[in-house]
Amino acid sequence: MSESKIKVGLFVTCLVDIFRPSVGFAAVKLLEDAGCTVEVPEMQTCCGQPAYNTGDRKTSKEIAEKTIRAFEPYEYVVAPSGSCAGMLKKHYPTLFGEGTGVQSRAIALADKTHELVSFLTDVLEVKGVDAQFGRCVTYHDSCSGLRELKVHKQPRKLLSSVAGLELREMSDANVCCGFGGTFCVKYPDISNDMLTKKMANIEASGADVLLAGDLGCLMNMAGKLKRDGSKIEVRHVAEVLAGETLLPSIGEGED
Amino acid sequence: MDSTAHNFKKNAAGALNDAQLQRALAHVPRGFVKKRADAADALPEFERLRDQGRDIKNHVLEHLDIYLEAFEEKVVEAGGYVHWATTAEEARNLVVRLCLDREAETVTKGKSMISEEIGLNAGLEKVGIEPVETDLGEYIIQLRGETPSHLIAPAVHLNKDQIEADFRRVHTELPEERNLHEPASLVHEAREILRDKYLDADVGITGANFLIAETGTSVIVTNEGNGDLTQILPKTHIVIASIEKVVPTLEDASTFVRLLARSATGQEISNYTTFSTGPKRRGDPDGPNEYHVVLLDNGRSSMLGTEFQDMLRCIRCGACLNHCPVYQAVGGHAYGWVYSGPMGSVLTPNLIGVDEAGHLPNASTFCGRCEEVCPMRIPLPRMMRNWREREFEKHLTPFTIRRGLGVWAWFAQRPKLYQRVTALASRLLKWRAGSKGRMKNVPLADGWVKYRDLPAPQGKTFQQMWKERGNV
Repeated sequence: MSESKIKVGLFVTCLVDIFRPSVGFAAVKLLEDAGCTVEVPEMQTCCGQPAYNTGDRKTSKEIAEKTIRAFEPYEYVVAPSGSCAGMLKKHYPTLFGEGTGVQSRAIALADKTHELVSFLTDVLEVKGVDAQFGRCVTYHDSCSGLRELKVHKQPRKLLSSVAGLELREMSDANVCCGFGGTFCVKYPDISNDMLTKKMANIEASGADVLLAGDLGCLMNMAGKLKRDGSKIEVRHVAEVLAGETLLPSIGEGED
Repeated sequence: MDSTAHNFKKNAAGALNDAQLQRALAHVPRGFVKKRADAADALPEFERLRDQGRDIKNHVLEHLDIYLEAFEEKVVEAGGYVHWATTAEEARNLVVRLCLDREAETVTKGKSMISEEIGLNAGLEKVGIEPVETDLGEYIIQLRGETPSHLIAPAVHLNKDQIEADFRRVHTELPEERNLHEPASLVHEAREILRDKYLDADVGITGANFLIAETGTSVIVTNEGNGDLTQILPKTHIVIASIEKVVPTLEDASTFVRLLARSATGQEISNYTTFSTGPKRRGDPDGPNEYHVVLLDNGRSSMLGTEFQDMLRCIRCGACLNHCPVYQAVGGHAYGWVYSGPMGSVLTPNLIGVDEAGHLPNASTFCGRCEEVCPMRIPLPRMMRNWREREFEKHLTPFTIRRGLGVWAWFAQRPKLYQRVTALASRLLKWRAGSKGRMKNVPLADGWVKYRDLPAPQGKTFQQMWKERGNV
């Protein structure tokens, strides 16, 4: 790596912050291993998607402006989520008037923001990780990461470097799990139908661990698997890549 | 057509509990999706064609008045007539009047979504004229008194055994012991029944996939050839089409033809692509004596210049329906009006109002598959969000959601307070879950826990732990 370390601001995401800090620490480890110094601006909260996707543009703009300000000092901004990184990268610039000062700041943020795994492979050119996980895993492509940020090969590439890990692709890995933020609580019946189809594909893959890069989707799928009594473990891909797999998986307790 | 779009949630629940429907819908992802992907992969210039199609449509929409008037001029030159209809009712009355004036008793019809939009069959029946649908799928749903559930596969919500039962119920003149188990035998039977209808019809009504301004031509694509018989055999041919169907040249039409079938069914081209210009000319072996085009606006011109203008690029291929996990779950009828799936979720509120159809743009996870496959690259998720914004502005968003969002947003903009509240929430939820690591019941999260447990937090927030580790 270069002598002067790359300064990364970690956008933790609200779900990782509240529900699964271990994903954030896995991200920090991966970034530091790749030669970055990581800082976590205290002034961040949420990317604003709940407001944005409910049609509350005014609140979305207010939250976006605060996020833009919080991350201005950093060379790169990295999030362990395709959905939140997509919000910063693809949607913030559209919130503000063409040619305004705040829009140019939003574009500057967009240009330096990346989803964690694609940042490691595409920007830092990481070829592999030093981790071991002797399990059979399947990987779900979360929609925003896949379609907005083109995250597809990157996690598979890094997973292939994890010692002992076997990847078994499920059918329709690129089809939505039915989470969709507030969608899953506004239209629970439809969400459940999508989720049920996803469960069938996960089970049919024969894998005993489910991975993905977005905690929203992971909590949705883990919640269903555990409700149904499935033994399949659910983890964020960053935890496996960082070799931090000793904590209970998502939805599992310590006993 | 009366709308039940406001009942979307109820419609959807009914659809999810309808075993027959679910059996039929299971074919959608396996059939259409794979065929479209194979067709797109097989054509190296497919992505470039999509750009070209989008650009042509954008150009037309910027100059729609000019191309429509040019089209009219050419139709008249070829001996045809053009009628302009501002509303659905106007269009319906125009067509009914044209049929009455020709003393029509029976009219045959090619597949047309505009016919559904203007409620044409009901209008014809009211004055004693019998409309006969000639597209196989449309014929089947007409027998059942249903509306199409898909743009290009109107009976996709049905299974073969249901169709067999309908044919036995209606075609009582045929021997009871006949074999109708094979799809081919159903097609054959419908074809035999329809053969006479074509010859009896006084007027043939078709839609149009494209209207060509440079020649005054209407174009239909079909796989059954029913459209050709509908428009060639009767003395009068009436085309009903919405205004955004116009394209500048024959060359442009060929670009769209190349995109349409690949996106719709995965075919390189549909079995029949038929170009009609004016009535029968002297020396023509066949064709109608009269050729009319009814051009329908019905709210489309008011979409021009708004954030919904891009929707007018739609060529009705149905790819967005086929790839939509919500459509795959509930089918077309749940959407409650003529158009369904992502394109319907954007178009329907434009045509019948967001007060009535407000659910539709909300019933999406924004997964983005629709935009990914749309041959016209229509930003469907963006426009669904635009509708949500309009609903929010009009205070149509449910009160509980507005209220919850308001509280959350207040905290989200006060990071220090937010972090204290999230730390508390994290600890409380962890405590509530105990050693299980998940919860079956959580206050204010009924929609979530109805079908899934809520994974418990790890106990402290990331921000707390980060500070504890000596980071600032």
